[in-house]
Amino acid sequence: MKLTVWTYEGPPHIGAMRVATAMEGVHYVLHAPQGDTYADLLFTMIERRDKRPPVTYTTFQARDLGADTAELFQSAVRDAYERFQPQVLLVGASCTAELLQDNPAGLTAALDLPIPVVPLELPSYQRKENWGASETFYQLVRALARPGGEREAGRRPSCNLLGPTALGFRHRDDVAELRRLLDRLGIDVNVVAPFGATPADLARLGEADFNVVMYPEIAGLAARHLKRAFGQASVESMPIGVSGTREFIHEVAALAGVDPAPALEDEIARSSWYARSVDSTYLTGKRVFVFGEANRAVAIARVAAEELGFAVVGIGTYAREGAREVRDAAARHGVEALISDDYLEVEAQIVALQPELVLGTQMERHIAKRLNIPCAVISAPVHVQDFPARSSPQMGFEGANVLFDTLVHPLMMGLEEHLLSMFRDDFEFNDAAAPSHLPAHAGEPAAEAIVLPDHPGWTPDAEKELRKIPFFVRGKARRNTERFAHERGVSVITVETLYDAKAHFGR
Amino acid sequence: MSRAAAALDENAGCAVPVRTERGQREVFCGLTGIIWLHRKIQDAFFLVVGSRTCAHLIQSAAGVMIFAEPRFATAIIEEKDLAGLADANDEIDAAVARLVERRPDIRLLFLVGSCPSEVIKLDLGRAAARLSGRLSPQVRVLAYSGSGIETTFTQGEDACLAALVPELPAEAPQAGPSLLVVGTMAEVVEDQFARILASLGIGPVRFLPPRRAADLPPVGPQTRILLAQPFLNDTARLLERRGATRLSAPFPLGVEGTTLWLEAAARAFGVSRERFAMAVRPYEERARAALERHRGHLAGRSLFLFPDSQLEIPIARFLSRELGMRLVEVGTPFLQRTHLAPELALLPPGTPVVEGQDVDLQLDRCRAARPDITLCGLGLANPLEAEGLTTKWSIELLFTPIHGYDQAPDLAELFARPLVRRTRLVA
Repeated sequence: MKLTVWTYEGPPHIGAMRVATAMEGVHYVLHAPQGDTYADLLFTMIERRDKRPPVTYTTFQARDLGADTAELFQSAVRDAYERFQPQVLLVGASCTAELLQDNPAGLTAALDLPIPVVPLELPSYQRKENWGASETFYQLVRALARPGGEREAGRRPSCNLLGPTALGFRHRDDVAELRRLLDRLGIDVNVVAPFGATPADLARLGEADFNVVMYPEIAGLAARHLKRAFGQASVESMPIGVSGTREFIHEVAALAGVDPAPALEDEIARSSWYARSVDSTYLTGKRVFVFGEANRAVAIARVAAEELGFAVVGIGTYAREGAREVRDAAARHGVEALISDDYLEVEAQIVALQPELVLGTQMERHIAKRLNIPCAVISAPVHVQDFPARSSPQMGFEGANVLFDTLVHPLMMGLEEHLLSMFRDDFEFNDAAAPSHLPAHAGEPAAEAIVLPDHPGWTPDAEKELRKIPFFVRGKARRNTERFAHERGVSVITVETLYDAKAHFGR
Repeated sequence: MSRAAAALDENAGCAVPVRTERGQREVFCGLTGIIWLHRKIQDAFFLVVGSRTCAHLIQSAAGVMIFAEPRFATAIIEEKDLAGLADANDEIDAAVARLVERRPDIRLLFLVGSCPSEVIKLDLGRAAARLSGRLSPQVRVLAYSGSGIETTFTQGEDACLAALVPELPAEAPQAGPSLLVVGTMAEVVEDQFARILASLGIGPVRFLPPRRAADLPPVGPQTRILLAQPFLNDTARLLERRGATRLSAPFPLGVEGTTLWLEAAARAFGVSRERFAMAVRPYEERARAALERHRGHLAGRSLFLFPDSQLEIPIARFLSRELGMRLVEVGTPFLQRTHLAPELALLPPGTPVVEGQDVDLQLDRCRAARPDITLCGLGLANPLEAEGLTTKWSIELLFTPIHGYDQAPDLAELFARPLVRRTRLVA
């Protein structure tokens, strides 16, 4: 058993729901106890969908246990088929039903429905949400996709956009951004899936020349199947950041045999210019910690380092499936990778690293808030505010612009930071003053509340001296001084120890 | 006799048809009760033994609360736990040991059963007894089930309080009559009731659940219990088994419900009618005046209630009798007929009450009726709004102080606000 307060990912059947809800004409009958319908509200509230997810739950109760649940499942399938008239039916079990002896695939086959039925085996006690989405999408593609014919002469090359789902972080706007970009390249989008696709659309997947795997954690498996089955090549590089987008354009253009120039010229390089403008100089070397879904964390860390001039001091992911990519990226940045789905480990790492900016999920937002560290959300899981009404892609050149704003916004403005360090004893510009554009954190526990074990004690004078250091680097100064003292067996930190440490660590 | 009590008699025995429906249910499981119970009992911890789904549910329902060092967690069952039960017990012990070490402030630990733990027949009751033996007197460990197969939403609170009942000390042999108010209410509401009851000379008054584990109220033959919530079937039964007497009354929602509820206590404690009327009249008048502000928005409007918390019948009674709303259908996940008899007697004759649910059929009825406002869960609210129906999401009834005189206008406003909003938005 694993003691858990927060989970970065839901169970795998939530992943299946994300695929079913993204599509049209698909219905999912889920063998599940009463109460599992809570998952509906993720879609109706967080993503603010205007329809119920296309899911029928058997909602069995204690009195149904025994032979009854199989009959219950069959009648739920029958009713769902009659009421919703889907073109394809997904059937499967949630974690509790997995423990029962009922067999959704067999029970549904016995009903002999006149539509394709795709049974899902989602091992709830081993796997998680993204795996569930990936497996569901793969099973649907495997069951429905048909080979396409030769491309007609004179027709533009085409590709499929694979991976966007319901409840996906910025999936809606990323799709729009990539459509625009591909159109500039003269490439048609054959099918976007699962987002907005019908089963008939999945059947047409084979007609495209190649696949764009937007989100490998969801579409990687299906893309590999399409490569095996129809020989479709796939583009897996993420068009995140200016460099990432340029590389993506070159890769796609090469594959489609088109000229990359029009799309590259289309670049609205505000983010590049903004990063070069003198106002951004103060961003140089800002220490940033990146955590999230694996591929995204890798891409965002690169943007932070190469396009904003930050120093990546830590990178991690909760998705074990992407551990290798994150380890490789960590090696490139010269830091250690954190592969963990335990938020307490992530918190400990943030405390130890004392970054000046945290880029993470909803959870890191709360950790950073507690530690009074600026933070921006760059990956799922996210809350309702990260399904914005305005267009906010992460991909493409507009995505790079959005990222620039997102990553810089939580930081102190350059001039403001300068004033704060100059006038730190001033009554208006004191340490407790938060950035003027963010709500005040009055009365919240300071970062000092969490200290490393075995830390040496501070003399009152040294504490006072420490307070003269601007607060946004104070945590780092405290940590360095304590490490310095610890390594030298100094048990009491004086003013002199503080400056000794400063000299030691100073560059 | 008060006006309300007269009404009660007049309608007594009137037939409210109750229909039972079975099928797909769009409801929470009892684990959700943890969200408000852990705020109430300040030194209790709730450890769910379940799956990732259970952890995900609580996280989704708790919203931002999860980040304030919450006093709940899930021991997630893994593949290896499913192999053998002996292992699972060791695993529970290890999880609890880790927990108690990290949270030395915890005095009461609930092991909360879930669907997976019930289906694999983990005996959490025995685990609790074993751990209690090991951890007492510092920590008391109890078990209850919040699983979806056994409990619906607020029934989780019933199961939790029922687990507390055997732990309550016996009342002193020479003790005089005492009043025990049962069911979680906001503290501000508890304090209001405590003041009113004190002004009537009724006492001692105690509350279950208490705010701290050490303050468990005593119970015995001299204890009179007033249920503040309609979903406390098992808790009431166990309290009665310990000799307590349940006072029958409608629930303290709305002015009328609050008066009748207090009146039940006043009668049991021999408070004179004059004294009672004198004491409650200022509260009644203040609340009625405040209700008038909402009447214009609500009177004559039709209301459809989907089943969720068992609060539906008292809420429907309040909205129809005190604000003039028309009841299209009153859904309830479960109907405790004895406890709800005084409520049913107050509903307008012929009100269709539906126990249980087949959500698709119920949605069909709702769409056909096109009620002015629909009380429903968050899974249905936005989809119904998109169909042009106005909704009030039901979980708010558990998180907002709604009991008592001074909250009656707030309760009315919860229903008036979506209607007002709809008239305001033009784009």
